[in-house]
Amino acid sequence: MKKHILDMRLMANVQLHSAYALMKFVPVEGELPAMLPGQFAEVRIDDSATTYLRRPISIHNVVNNELWLLVRRAGAGTDKLASLAEGAVVNMVLPLGNTFTMPTDKNMRPLLIGGGVGVAPLLYWGKELAKQGIRPAFLLGARSDKDLLQLPEFEAVGDVYLSTEDGSAGEKGFVTQHSVLNESFSYIYTCGPKPMMQAVARIARAHNIACEVSLENLMACGVGACLCCVEDTVEGHVCVCKEGPIFNIDRLKW
Amino acid sequence: MVDLSVKIGNLGLKNPVMTASGTFGYGLEFADFIDLSRLGGIIVKGTTLNHREGNLYPRMAETPSGMLNAVGLQNKGVEYFAEHIYPQIKDIDTNMIVNVSGACIEDYVATAERIASLDKIPAIELNISCPNVKQGGMAFGTSCDGAASVVKAVRKVYPKTLIVKLSPNVTDIASIACAVEAEGADSVSLINTLMGMSIDAERRRPRLSTITGGLSGACVKPVALRMVWQVAKAVKVPVIGLGGISSATDAIEFLLAGASAIQIGTANFIDPAITVKVVDGIEEYLGRHGFKSVGEIVGALEV
Repeated sequence: MKKHILDMRLMANVQLHSAYALMKFVPVEGELPAMLPGQFAEVRIDDSATTYLRRPISIHNVVNNELWLLVRRAGAGTDKLASLAEGAVVNMVLPLGNTFTMPTDKNMRPLLIGGGVGVAPLLYWGKELAKQGIRPAFLLGARSDKDLLQLPEFEAVGDVYLSTEDGSAGEKGFVTQHSVLNESFSYIYTCGPKPMMQAVARIARAHNIACEVSLENLMACGVGACLCCVEDTVEGHVCVCKEGPIFNIDRLKW
Repeated sequence: MVDLSVKIGNLGLKNPVMTASGTFGYGLEFADFIDLSRLGGIIVKGTTLNHREGNLYPRMAETPSGMLNAVGLQNKGVEYFAEHIYPQIKDIDTNMIVNVSGACIEDYVATAERIASLDKIPAIELNISCPNVKQGGMAFGTSCDGAASVVKAVRKVYPKTLIVKLSPNVTDIASIACAVEAEGADSVSLINTLMGMSIDAERRRPRLSTITGGLSGACVKPVALRMVWQVAKAVKVPVIGLGGISSATDAIEFLLAGASAIQIGTANFIDPAITVKVVDGIEEYLGRHGFKSVGEIVGALEV
């Protein structure tokens, strides 16, 4: 899949709450190139004294010619990005990385587990599954109800189960404690904080369910050149940006 | 039309713009963004005799206008390179140069010999300046005797263009440059990364698994420029300048300071198409100032 360096215009910047922004971009010129769920963009942050490198951001959704990114204000760089005014032009390198594995059997029931801003790539992936005739179930977790992001969007695509640490929405506790995990699933896809994904991977292993995770290691180049973002896998150190960010848990040393 | 071609020893470059080892993969990673044949040369990832897994994650920390890395020469070894990577890159229409590193002199020699047998690799860059490995690397590049001993041994087995990459983590870089020139190096490239460190105060821990790492990016440019200027005055062989070059203007500053060619490194991460923009920018500068060839501005600093 050809990678591009594109100037993108910010058409809408919706502050979902103090920590998250939903940002919708269109190319300044031409059409949005083809991109797959699970892939990411390396976003340049201009005019920041402390931010030198691009920031890798998951592709949250593609709607016609519009690219949606869900940005968490995690530091000075993403804070600057999430604060941009509509009309701003942002340079991106995209699409980067690999994609999720499509289940082979249309009758399979996949569970997509997201925590915090980790829900971002699961919307686009859920839409792709639905397009192939596979109805996804989403299990979305957050600290409290106000941290649950994009619920109407997820509900339009599949069944949604919620868990919050304070019990303000869905079941109280972590996603890994949710009762829906007692049901039968044939594939689990997960993205979120590493401890959450590791706990999900343990459950998948215990129930012999195929499982893919989306990793978020610190990155510089985004194209497999600098070897900074490596994950220690059964094949040795591999670049998350190029061989990932999606990994089957069988490749990981978790 | 201005003449952008330069010579490094017997090696002809169509223009003075190369890519720095470890920042451009094997070139293929950037083929979607630029026409690789427009470059003067591509210096591929540091290659060692045997497979190396490199250092543990985390290996990178962002710093103001730069970054620290501690990759530690991760690569699959020279035999893997020769058998699996070389066939993919040998027909790229530019100088494909291999950066060679080792833990001991025998490793450097064996690796250089194997690379010498590959027809389409016209030069090596001897890395005696990696700050991220426990053995070899910078240990050779921080003393005149150490640097000279590696170059002397490799020179005996390597007949093609031999570039030696120097460490800035020394008191007097010009004396090291003179020592490797005396042993037959065809060129010196500088600077490798500067030793640095970053701490996460909240967690009271280093940000790199190795605690210290190598600093690169725009922030190192003034140091690199000063060292290139010092070395260019001290040696007769061509100097290749690198360190924070992020624009054509930066590249021209290095040429004026005495570099015959330049390498672009960390800036490839910020703009994957920066190299060809620098080629175009140098050409535009030469035309605007009435120079007929890039050689006219090498060392043309007026003081």
